[in-house]
Amino acid sequence: MRYLVLLIVRNAFRQKLRTILTVTGIIVATVAFGLLRTAVDAWYGGSEATSATRLITRNAISLVFPLPLSYRNKIQQVEGVVATSYSNWFGGVYISEKNFFPQFAIEPRSYLKLYPEYVLSPQEKRAFFKDRQGAIAGRKLAETYGWEIGDVIPIRGTIYPGDWNFVLRGIYEGASEKTDETLFFFHWEYLNERLKQVGAERADHVGIYVVGLENASQAAEVSQAIDDLFENSLAETLTETEKAFQLGFVAMTEAIVMVIEVVSFVIIIIIMAVTANTMAMSARERKKEYATLKALGFPGSFIAMLIYGESVIIAMVGGLLGLFFLYPAADVFANKIGTFFPVFKVTQETAWLAIGIAFLVGLAAAAIPAWRGATIPVTEGFSEIG
Amino acid sequence: MNLPYSYILRNLWTRKLTTLLTAIGMALVVFVFATVLMLSEGLEKTLVATGSPDNVIVIRRSAETEVQSVIDREQAAIIVSLSNPAYGPAGKPLVSKELMVLMVLTKKDSGKPANVTVRGISDTGLVLRPQVRLTQGRMFHPGAREIIVGNKISQGFTGIGIGEKLNLGLGEWTVTGIFDAGKTGFGSEIWGDVDQLMQAFRRNAYSSILFKLVDPTNFEQTQFRIENDQRLTVEAKRESQFYAEQSEMMSRFLEILGLSLSAIFSIGAVIGAMITMYASVANRTAEIGTLRAIGFPQQSILQAFLLESLALSFMGGIVGLAIASLTQLLTISTMNWQTFSELAFTFTLTKEIAWQSVLFSLLMGLVGGFLPAIRAARMNIVDALRTA
Repeated sequence: MRYLVLLIVRNAFRQKLRTILTVTGIIVATVAFGLLRTAVDAWYGGSEATSATRLITRNAISLVFPLPLSYRNKIQQVEGVVATSYSNWFGGVYISEKNFFPQFAIEPRSYLKLYPEYVLSPQEKRAFFKDRQGAIAGRKLAETYGWEIGDVIPIRGTIYPGDWNFVLRGIYEGASEKTDETLFFFHWEYLNERLKQVGAERADHVGIYVVGLENASQAAEVSQAIDDLFENSLAETLTETEKAFQLGFVAMTEAIVMVIEVVSFVIIIIIMAVTANTMAMSARERKKEYATLKALGFPGSFIAMLIYGESVIIAMVGGLLGLFFLYPAADVFANKIGTFFPVFKVTQETAWLAIGIAFLVGLAAAAIPAWRGATIPVTEGFSEIG
Repeated sequence: MNLPYSYILRNLWTRKLTTLLTAIGMALVVFVFATVLMLSEGLEKTLVATGSPDNVIVIRRSAETEVQSVIDREQAAIIVSLSNPAYGPAGKPLVSKELMVLMVLTKKDSGKPANVTVRGISDTGLVLRPQVRLTQGRMFHPGAREIIVGNKISQGFTGIGIGEKLNLGLGEWTVTGIFDAGKTGFGSEIWGDVDQLMQAFRRNAYSSILFKLVDPTNFEQTQFRIENDQRLTVEAKRESQFYAEQSEMMSRFLEILGLSLSAIFSIGAVIGAMITMYASVANRTAEIGTLRAIGFPQQSILQAFLLESLALSFMGGIVGLAIASLTQLLTISTMNWQTFSELAFTFTLTKEIAWQSVLFSLLMGLVGGFLPAIRAARMNIVDALRTA
C-alpha cells in the first residue's frame, strides 16, 4: 500500500511541466468558479438578510405607485401587528450616475426599531433623530466615498426633482456579516415638507410599509388581513414577507443569474477536458510500464488505481491552491465593484463545493485512461508506439 | 521546403482522444466568448432599433427614465406648441402625449413576477413608430378600455390572449390586438389610450411627449427652444439616443462580465493547448530528429507544429461558434435596472462576431502552441535521434 501511494505521487510529478500547467489550469478554474458562485450568492444576499417577522406592504399594481400615509393607522390595528414603519425609495444621484447606492426616506424612530441589525451608537442615533436634514449611511458606503460625520452630502433627485443636501449624522454598522452596509437613510418628513411646498400630488404618500409581526407564524394571516382592509380602494395593497419581497427583485433579473450559473458549469467541463487530456497522455506514455506491471502479475484494478490516484492528486492540489487564492481574489473583486454587491463573501458552502468539484474532476478525468489501462492486453502494451 | 499538410493532420488523427478533449475545451471557450458578444449585440440592436433618430422625446429634467418623469397638462401644452412637428397622413400633427407606468405580471415559464411597461399613447403614437405593426386583432378604440400587447409580452406572460381581460388600475381592460415590434423594446410593452389609462391610474400628468421633427437636421434648434423656455423644466433628446442611454448599465455589466470570463477561460484553454502540444513534441522526439537529419530546416519544423496547434484551435473555434449560433433561438428576458422594467432581447450573431470568435480561437492556438513549437525546432539532432 505504501508503495502504491509512493508510486502514484512519483508518477504525478514525473512530467513536471505538464503537471504544473494542469494544476495552474485547475487553480484558475477553481478561482473563477468560486467567484461566480459568490456573485450568485451576493445576488440573493438581499433576501438572506431578511427577517421572518417583517412584512412589506406595497401597492398592488407595482412598486412605482405609492400608498397613502393614512393607511398606517389601519395597518397598526390589525391583529398580530406590533409595529409599523414606512419608507420611500429616493433613487437620487450622488455626483454622477456611476455612484449608485440605495437611498431611502424613512420615519427614523420606528424604522430603526424594526431593523435592529443597523447598529448606531446612542449619540449618533440622537443626533440623527434631532436633525431633520440629517442622514445615516452604512459603514461600507461611507468608506467608499470617504464620508465623515458632519459632512454635507448633495444628492440630485430623479424621482423627486431638485437638489437635496443631507448632513451625515451617523454611520451604522451591520449586526452580522449578511447585513447590507451600503444603504443611505434620511428623514421622510424632510422629503414630505418639500413635496408639500410645491403642492405635488405625491405628498403624504409612502413607497412601502414595513410591518413588524408578533411572531413569524402569523405572516400569512396578517398579510391577508392587511390586503383585505384595502380591497376595492383607490390603492389596493399587496403584502408579503420581506424575503418574498426581496426575492421578487432577484426573480426579475433571474435570466442573468441563470447565465452565470450556466457559465460556472461550463468552466467545470473545460477544466475536466484539460485534466482528462493530461491523464490520457500520461497513460499513453506509460503503456509499456502498465504492460510490464501486468506481466509481473499485478491485476488491472491496480493499474486503474494508479491512474485514478494520480489524477485525483493533481486535481486536489489544484483545487486546494485555487481555494487558497480565491479569498484574496474575492476581496479584490469586492473592492472593484464597490457598492454594486453590498455583501460579497465566499461562503463555506462555496469552499466545500469547489473542493468537491476538484475531486470529481480528478475522478472523471481518469475514467477513460484508467479503463483503457486496465483492460489493454499485455502484448498490445508492448507493441504500441506512442 | 515545408512538411506536407497531411503529416500535420495525421498527427492530430493519431491521438484522437487528446485532440478531441483539447478541441472541446477550445470550443467551450469560444462558445462563451461568442455568446457574450452576441448578447451585448442583441441588447444594443434592440435598443438602437427602438428609437428613431427623427423623433424627439421630452421628459422632465434629470428624470433619466420615462417612469420617473412627470409632465403636467399645462407643460405638455407648451411643449406641443413649441415642438413644430411633422404632419401625418391625415393632416394631424405627429405628437403623442404619453403615460408610462409599470405593473406586475406573472411570467409564463417561471411563474415569477415581472415589471411590465404599460404605455398610454395618443392616436398618433402608432404612426410615430413605423416599426410597430399589428399582427393579430385590431387597434384599441380611443376612449375605450381596450389595450394592445407586444408580441414578447403575449408569448412570455399568462392571461394576455386576444379577448382576455386584464386588471389595470381600476377596472378591467380587454385585449383587442397583438402587435409585432420587430426587434425593438416595444415588444415588451402594453399599449392603451392615454386618457383612459390616466383615469384608471388616477394620474393627472403625462410621463413624456414624443414628436416627429419636420426636418431631422433641425434637432438642436428645437432642443434649444424647448429646454430654454422659462416655463418648462424638461429635457429633449433624440429618441434613438434616449433608448441607448437607457441600457448603459446593462451593456456595461454584460461587457465586463463577458471580457473577464473570456480572459479567465482563455487561460484555461491555452493551458490545454500547451499540454497537448508539449506532449505531441515529447512523443515525437525521435521523429523530429529524423526529419531534421533528412534535411528539413528548423523553420519548417516550427511551422509544422504551429500549424498543428492552429488546426486544433480552428476546429474548436468552428465547433464553438456552431453551438453559439444555436442560441439565436433563445430569448433572454430580464429586468433593465435603469428603467426597472421588463426587457426581452435575443442573441444576435453578426459576421463580425463570427470573425472575432474564430480569430480568438486561432490566437489561443498560437499562444498555446508557440513554446512547444520552439522546443521542437530547437532540438539537438543527435540527442533527439538517440531517444529512439
